[in-house]
Amino acid sequence: MHIIESGNVAAALGVKLAEASVIAAYPITPQTPLTEKLSELVDAGEMNAQYIPVESEHSALAVCIAASSAGSRAFTATSANGLLYMNEQLHWAAGARLPIVMCVVNRGIGAPWTVWNDHQDSISQRDTGWIQLYACDHQQILDTVLKAFRLAETVSVPVMVCYDGYILSHTYMPFELPDAEMVRRFLPPFAPEYFLDPKCPKNLNTVTLPDIRPDVRGNTAPGYMEIRHNLHMDMRKSMDVISDIEIEFKEIFGRGGYPFIEPYRVNDADYVAVCMGSLSYHLRDVIDMLRKEGIAVGAAGLRVYRPFPDKAVADAFSHKKGLIVFEKALSYGNQGALFADIKAALYAKTDRPFVRNYILGLGGREIKTTELADALRNSCKPSSATTDRPEWIGLKM
Amino acid sequence: METFVIKICTVVKKLIYFNVKVVLDCVPLEPLYHKNLLKKNHETMRDDIIQTRWHGRGGQGAITAAKIVAEAAFESGYSGVVMAPTFGTERRGAPVFTSLKFAKTKIYDLSPITAPDMVIVLDHLLLEEVDVAAGLAPSGLIVINSPKEPDAYRFEGMRVATADVTNISLNGGLPAGIVNTGIIGAFGKATGLIPIDILCKAIEKEFAGKNGRKNADVARITFENTRVGGI
Repeated sequence: MHIIESGNVAAALGVKLAEASVIAAYPITPQTPLTEKLSELVDAGEMNAQYIPVESEHSALAVCIAASSAGSRAFTATSANGLLYMNEQLHWAAGARLPIVMCVVNRGIGAPWTVWNDHQDSISQRDTGWIQLYACDHQQILDTVLKAFRLAETVSVPVMVCYDGYILSHTYMPFELPDAEMVRRFLPPFAPEYFLDPKCPKNLNTVTLPDIRPDVRGNTAPGYMEIRHNLHMDMRKSMDVISDIEIEFKEIFGRGGYPFIEPYRVNDADYVAVCMGSLSYHLRDVIDMLRKEGIAVGAAGLRVYRPFPDKAVADAFSHKKGLIVFEKALSYGNQGALFADIKAALYAKTDRPFVRNYILGLGGREIKTTELADALRNSCKPSSATTDRPEWIGLKM
Repeated sequence: METFVIKICTVVKKLIYFNVKVVLDCVPLEPLYHKNLLKKNHETMRDDIIQTRWHGRGGQGAITAAKIVAEAAFESGYSGVVMAPTFGTERRGAPVFTSLKFAKTKIYDLSPITAPDMVIVLDHLLLEEVDVAAGLAPSGLIVINSPKEPDAYRFEGMRVATADVTNISLNGGLPAGIVNTGIIGAFGKATGLIPIDILCKAIEKEFAGKNGRKNADVARITFENTRVGGI
């Protein structure tokens, strides 16, 4: 069944279909309608879940950490400064290996205040140990929420589902609402290996010493460094799980099939525009126009940012002539974070494309189709070379 | 023929009941609006996307109107539908607008409309506050909730359609100031893009119970009483 709703409602309906049992969130623009919708669904008895209102984002994630530790399927959502206020708890949730799913409705960070879209909020949290997935439209928001719960619970790593504030969150478009029975087949109830239970008290995540030591039963227990190594290795291995889940999802629902990179006219392209989120769809119209001008360019949307799909990136792009990376975020004093990651993924290849970087759309600055086309016309040339500093699009100075 | 006459009689009876001036205007067989007649602005890459902008006041329901038309457009075969409210610091009574694009295939460009093919104005007094025709494509269409005739407006090279939605809605039993369903009827008549039956069905779906019917009736009567001017 198709419905026409906002991106925030698409996310809420995904959480409902996933049968999350604990939701704790603090409202922040542009995430607010998502949590409002969830509270309505719980209040109306359409969702069998506890909705726990809290006084801050830090507490929202703390509640989810507690609920997840007790074996519940937990969900939260936030944006921008709300995400930053969670920062300490983000690291904790990942270190404690809790399969919490969180929607990050991407918004620029203050100061100065902005409520509009860019990716600085989630990108700045890339090293917290959370998996980060990016959606391009409402269908992907809903589908990615379902895949995120399945992924998080399979690899015991929390997952962020990121989508563009306003551009997706407040825009209405049609999407398919999956059948609840089919979702249950894809996403069985959460059955954790261990969880907090008053009948069987346990200590979780107590102080670990620098070295390994015997645990209460006398077995050698990993130290902090081993635990962190395991998190890293499981993040790397999660890429296989992401692939498998994508295949299974497509078998059941007939959609998707691109776990890491969603290509558009990339096969016969010499140059590829790379970015994350809704911009990769926006670029499709630009690509069609430039193709008519004879420029062999395609567009690719990266769906996974952490773990970084370096092998998929190298396989897809190393034989191209050039990559143009568009980013709504910046590692201040250096370059776009995605740009740096893509260059690193290609470094080991002897025959690699040039890579250029454009920063655009910060704080909701309008991204004009003509500006995208001009940037690609300027970059898609054999004479282009790899840059070490980004150029800016739409900067009025 | 008989059913047709009965239908006409019912409509006329209803109009007399609502004290609305009956305008004997032919229902167009062909859409009045032809995309290919318009010279597209360079900003738009795809020329198959119909771009509409809805002007209202905060709290007036322009977003709901655009959402209903989005549903109806999808229902009538436009599988690509994008409705994007303008984001800012809206407050009740202040001028607001929302964009609605639709096409026969999926729309990938979600950026705001800068060169609409048509604008729909829920309150004619907005014309004094807002340049509703900003960016409007040549020979574009302006649909206005207004008691005046289309000829009363001067928009160089544009077509104007008017309907007294405020009065029709009041006579139709809607609370004062509710014009966002009636204007859909005017949109339907002036553009001929989406059949009025589908628009009315979408209105009934949006408002549960008796209100849905009332709103749909108002849209239908507005449809019959929309005056479309020339260029």
